[in-house]
Amino acid sequence: MIHYLFKRCLILLATLIVASLVVFVTIEVVPGDPASFMLGLNAQPDTVNALRAELGLDQSRLQRYLSWAGGLLKGDFGISYTYRTPVVDMVRDRLGVSLPLAMYALLLSVLIAFPAGVLAASRRGGVGDTAIMGVTQLGLAIPNFWFAMLLVLLFAIKLTWFSAGGFPGWDSGFFVAMKSLTLPAIALALPQASILTRVMRSSLLDVLNEDFMRTARAKGLSKRAALWKHALRNAMIPVLTILGLQFSFLLAGAIIIENVFFLPGLGRLIFQSIASRDLIVVESVVMLLVFAVVLVTFMVDLAYAWVDPRLRGAR
Amino acid sequence: MKLRNILPGTLLVFLFFSAALISYLWTPFDVALIDIKARFKSPDTINWLGTDHFGRDMLSMLMVGARTSIAVAIVAVGIGMLFGVPLGLTAAAKRGSWLDELIMRANDLVFAFPALLIAIMITAVYGPGAVNAIIAIGIFNIPVFARLSRGAALSIWKRDFIQAAKVSGKGAVRISSEHILPNITNLLIVQGTIQFSLGILAEAGLSFVGLGTQPPIPSWGRMLADSQTLIYTEPQLALYPGLAIVLTVLGLNLLGDGLRDWLDPRLRHDR
Repeated sequence: MIHYLFKRCLILLATLIVASLVVFVTIEVVPGDPASFMLGLNAQPDTVNALRAELGLDQSRLQRYLSWAGGLLKGDFGISYTYRTPVVDMVRDRLGVSLPLAMYALLLSVLIAFPAGVLAASRRGGVGDTAIMGVTQLGLAIPNFWFAMLLVLLFAIKLTWFSAGGFPGWDSGFFVAMKSLTLPAIALALPQASILTRVMRSSLLDVLNEDFMRTARAKGLSKRAALWKHALRNAMIPVLTILGLQFSFLLAGAIIIENVFFLPGLGRLIFQSIASRDLIVVESVVMLLVFAVVLVTFMVDLAYAWVDPRLRGAR
Repeated sequence: MKLRNILPGTLLVFLFFSAALISYLWTPFDVALIDIKARFKSPDTINWLGTDHFGRDMLSMLMVGARTSIAVAIVAVGIGMLFGVPLGLTAAAKRGSWLDELIMRANDLVFAFPALLIAIMITAVYGPGAVNAIIAIGIFNIPVFARLSRGAALSIWKRDFIQAAKVSGKGAVRISSEHILPNITNLLIVQGTIQFSLGILAEAGLSFVGLGTQPPIPSWGRMLADSQTLIYTEPQLALYPGLAIVLTVLGLNLLGDGLRDWLDPRLRHDR
């Protein structure tokens, strides 16, 4: 396990270094100079040069990569070209919206998918199973931003139960803030819940065919007891994997959903930064999201190897 | 058992493909025709689905939008297969070597960038547009096909007829192209259908946030974005493009499921 852990950590580190190089190089080839962009057309050349020096743009590419990547390690994401404030402060504010939103959506999708998957598997081929499978088929086909618009139409415009967008901030109270995240979280959760329900069902069906399930029934357990005591725990491994992988889809999906609901999260920050050519913010936010995805994948791999020692040898 | 999925799936896919093809020859109205006086018309015998905020015919917009969606998704799947399959076959042929390791690690790296993030980076550099959307979705497809073909090819390399091919003097390249590839085609077709439907969703999402197809070229995602500001007064404008996306993706998914069961009978009894 120690050897495996060491190898995985090395791979994690290498992935992050290469990913940061890819992000840096991709965004650095942008034509145009942020300093002259910020100062406008009529800026004096020496003013532009002074600003370039201040932003560190006069250094070589390699020096800038090293100071950017080194800063990331220390939690210093640089200074925003547009707002002249530390990027890390902007990101921290926005994470306060994006992260709770993603976790809220993950929670909802688990709360929907677990009972639905268990129900579908235990009534395989029945009416309940067919209905649940039909709904998940639909859930996979609906773009979440369109579902979000339908939710707004019904719950915000027709019924006026929720506001159509915006975020009041955590200062206005936990429940007020959570309420404004509810429609976005439902919209985000729909496709994920559909996938998770299907994985839960097929994983349970696999386990229900195992010999030990017959043994459990033979020793006198009722169908229900066998399902809860033996089948569920064994069916969890693929479900947890998918759950981990979904995190990246939730983060990426949140970028679009935040735009539908005008939420001040990372997604809107990225789009505003692209529009104002605030490339250091784009770089840092993309890198942060990649880091989150890589880290979650890493932890899922570790959890896998911990549960099933056979996987430690394989790649 | 799920063979029944093929029929509705094929029908839906056929409907949207023919709408896209017909739009090259004929649409009820010109989609570039702006007639402000005729805006927000309800469906009638002239404009079957009504008109949008510029007085453009909704049905014509949807038909041309189908073309955009399908074209972007097809090219993106094509890119994924063109690069992914040879990479996967190479990795399988050289299994365990540094080359295999390199290809698979590179795949993991691309997997760390969701399609939307790739699109955001490309857009930040080269500006938004349909071509950049295709590239972003295509890059995202490469590791999907590389992994699939590597895994499938590995299991075929163990079969007896590969030994026979080796004995008869064929090299790794000929074995991969003459024996492995034909045996994994079914899997590739099924995965292609799934990636195709994901591509349509991704294109719609990118166009919705303004990173994909640019106006005046109609696209379903773009139409939804336009309708978002009008949702209070003209909610029907948000309905048709959304339904078009749902039905197309649903059709493709049903077709994919049906094809999988048909091509791989071992799966038929379950799931």
